[in-house]
Amino acid sequence: MSSSASVVSSDLKQLASDVLSKALKAGATDAEAVVYEGDEFSALVHLGQVETLKESGSRAVGLRVFLNSENAQRTASTSSSDFSSESIARLVEGAITLAKITSEDPFAGLPEAHEFGQLDGDLHLYFDDVNDMPPAERIEIARRTEAAAMAYDTRIQNSRGGDFDTATSHKIMMNSRGFVGEYRRSYCGFSVSPIAQDEKGGMQRNYWFSNARTTKKLEDPEEIGREAARRTLRRLGARQVKTQKAPVVFSAEMAQSIIGNIFDAANGDAIYRNASFFSGMLGERVAGENITVVDDGTLVFDNIGGFGTRPFDGEGLPTRRTVLVEHGILKNYVMNTYTARKLNMHSTGNASRGLAGNPGIGAGNFYLEAGTLTPEQIIGDIKDGLYVTETMGHGINLVTGDYSQGASGMWIENGELAYPVEEITIAGNLKDMYRNIAAIGNDLVFRGASAAPTIRVEGMTIAGS
Amino acid sequence: MTIPPPDHKRYFIEKLGLSERLMERCLGEALSAGGEYADLYFESVTSTSLGIDESLVKSASQGISVGCGVRVVSGERTGYAYTDDLSSERLLRAARTAALIASGPAKELMSGFRHTETPSLYPVAGATSDAEIAAKLALIQRADKAARAYDSRITQVRAGFNDELRRILVAASDGTFASDTQPLARLNVFVIARDAANTARGTSGGGGRVTMDFFEGDKSPEHHAREAARTAILQLGAVEAPAGEMPVVLGPGWPGVLLHEAVGHGLEADFNRKKTSAFAGLIGQQVASPKVTVVDNGLMPGRRGSLNVDDEGTPTQETVLIENGILKGFLSDKLNARLMGMPNTGSGRRESYHHIPMPRMTNTYMLNGDDMPEDIIKSVKRGLYAVNFGGGSVDITNGKFVFSASEAYLIEDGIVTRPVKGATLIGNGPEALKYVSMVGNDLALDEGIGTCGKAGQSVPVGVGMPTVKLDRMTVGGTGQ
Repeated sequence: MSSSASVVSSDLKQLASDVLSKALKAGATDAEAVVYEGDEFSALVHLGQVETLKESGSRAVGLRVFLNSENAQRTASTSSSDFSSESIARLVEGAITLAKITSEDPFAGLPEAHEFGQLDGDLHLYFDDVNDMPPAERIEIARRTEAAAMAYDTRIQNSRGGDFDTATSHKIMMNSRGFVGEYRRSYCGFSVSPIAQDEKGGMQRNYWFSNARTTKKLEDPEEIGREAARRTLRRLGARQVKTQKAPVVFSAEMAQSIIGNIFDAANGDAIYRNASFFSGMLGERVAGENITVVDDGTLVFDNIGGFGTRPFDGEGLPTRRTVLVEHGILKNYVMNTYTARKLNMHSTGNASRGLAGNPGIGAGNFYLEAGTLTPEQIIGDIKDGLYVTETMGHGINLVTGDYSQGASGMWIENGELAYPVEEITIAGNLKDMYRNIAAIGNDLVFRGASAAPTIRVEGMTIAGS
Repeated sequence: MTIPPPDHKRYFIEKLGLSERLMERCLGEALSAGGEYADLYFESVTSTSLGIDESLVKSASQGISVGCGVRVVSGERTGYAYTDDLSSERLLRAARTAALIASGPAKELMSGFRHTETPSLYPVAGATSDAEIAAKLALIQRADKAARAYDSRITQVRAGFNDELRRILVAASDGTFASDTQPLARLNVFVIARDAANTARGTSGGGGRVTMDFFEGDKSPEHHAREAARTAILQLGAVEAPAGEMPVVLGPGWPGVLLHEAVGHGLEADFNRKKTSAFAGLIGQQVASPKVTVVDNGLMPGRRGSLNVDDEGTPTQETVLIENGILKGFLSDKLNARLMGMPNTGSGRRESYHHIPMPRMTNTYMLNGDDMPEDIIKSVKRGLYAVNFGGGSVDITNGKFVFSASEAYLIEDGIVTRPVKGATLIGNGPEALKYVSMVGNDLALDEGIGTCGKAGQSVPVGVGMPTVKLDRMTVGGTGQ
């Protein structure tokens, strides 16, 4: 398949600049334009046959305008996938019209001119090889991954498929206070989701994957396939356990989700509304002495930028490293400009911007610092307990910290993974859970923008039969 | 307001400069390397979003997206490409890209489209996207005021109004030529309540494929504001939810999300054709109590999940999924219907022109039974009465599903007593509905807030249910 032709960078910059000047001419006192362009490719192989192939490119432009009066601002935003001059005129006019009906807000507005900036040097976020790999080779990787999973054990006779995806994006941002920035990012990844069946006909699925910014860093397809097979097979024959209190060990993938709630709880937007269980807790103990949690938008690993790395945030501020929790003490909230002003603080460079809407708050590379124990040592210490490998549901309340999720995993008996369990729930309150992390693993690996090692949490309720 | 007869096609032909001849050329290009089916999906969406927060209108945005997706099907294989530039050059290039899935001689294109007359399940002209911004603004301002007036313990109020007008046109090599204009509107209220000891949240919202008049009836901004405030205040005094297996009574309406997760997804044809669903091979078998009949119905006027035609241009219908406990059928699209030799239920949906269609639900609900809701409650010695939920999810393959209660109470000796904190309920799809022992006569659909996610694609859906008693389910609280 041929890759869709990209508009050259200078044209996109010209477009952003045109949109800005039109907005200012139409009466905006400040404005910010983003232009986004992206390409995606995906191939899905099912039982050795190509099932879907998708390849396309898309682009869009977004505009935010401000109308200043006294010491307050009105703001609105518009976006379009249509770059015709008629559509751009509508984009500008629509934004100004909408802004006029919004309220004056003394906290709204672009950051101050001196705050803008971006990280110097090459963050190694974009690699050409992602687009250079011939589609046939990409399909072959998906096919090999699925084949390796299916060859691993006779109980695996079906699959939800092996896939290979690539994506590249190019983002340009410009505002009326002099900020101009752009970056490109690339992504490639493959995975397989095998299905295993036991003698009674019960089916289980699981998956495993490899992803990277460059094809050179992708792992071996056969190894990924076999790992997916192992993760699927160990779920066969899962059963419920009795309702009880017991230690819960969260696998690294699941720990990442629990630790991710620390970012949500420290989100400046929830903080200023008193809608988080971290509200008013700055400088206070929120977790055990062993817990240090960091957000870092600047990480470069071995000459490759992290999945959460970017040179500037969604408002044009340089990204940075922010320690949220240090040895259990809440040290920082994570903020964009608006929430920082509401809290009388400074932005932490965590603004995230979609095409339209006010900026939100998003993480860079977000992680729990590793401990010293191996996952086997953490499990080995437990007489009776649960090792959680998957959670399901929407039962996390960031206002109160109440936590109740469906779970599956393995039951731990005398320090060993004894048998698979499912159709159970785990419940507690995040406030207590963060204080009751009794052990932290040494297995911190970034497979995405956020990561955590294996952790052991005391005092949770397991509900089953 | 007078509503002229809808002519959805005109928009694409006149405003976007497309012609049937160009569409035929694109389909010809799409099938130039073989394949037995191709379709073009043109889509134009205009959306508006307004938000009030701390009594200030802090956000207002509008978006426009226009594009076309080209699909080529060859056996079980699908090639897909899309473009946001509707010039003939770009459309033909997308068609050539999608065509590469097939490798064979060009397929002869049948000549002439079969223009499908679409029903009219929802208003088009005068739909909310055309309404004055000021009227939409007034809705969220009223919601803000009503929530604040409800109780002095309400400390934060946010309300939002989102609407879109989606125009689609599907032209396919099987002669399908269908178009539709789909309005969608939703009002949401979110509040925080605080007292000396606790903080709690409450939400309420509703809408559908409706005009602004809808929000002047009993589903007014004040209704949702009071509901959000009431649940937040209630949660201030909630006790720990119980943990373990117990009888569960689900209230009418949104708790129907149980059906969406427990059976709906598992009955989507793609999972069953590939035998990756826990329901595969169970057609004709007992999968629920004889009291349970579940349908998926895309034909309900004004409902969030309703569609005149699906995203493959097929009219939607009412499909019986479970009848008196027996599994009757799957939800299918063109591809899966053909490969499985089953009827197409008009369930082919997609999030946008960026996406390949697949079988999806519309409005999924359980039909009424004979029991009085109060008798159902009375029959429970100790259990949970859950009347509202957050979201749910399901593992299609092992059938395990969860849904998280946001408003629930203990039932003690047949009486609804204390409110409990949110808790996740978990069950097994092909088994859970066998424990339904009573079905109420008070069927209600949800308020119009549901969005369903599958394989990274979100589409609006509806759910519904009468009051239902399940003799046992696992409740994931922390209490006794």
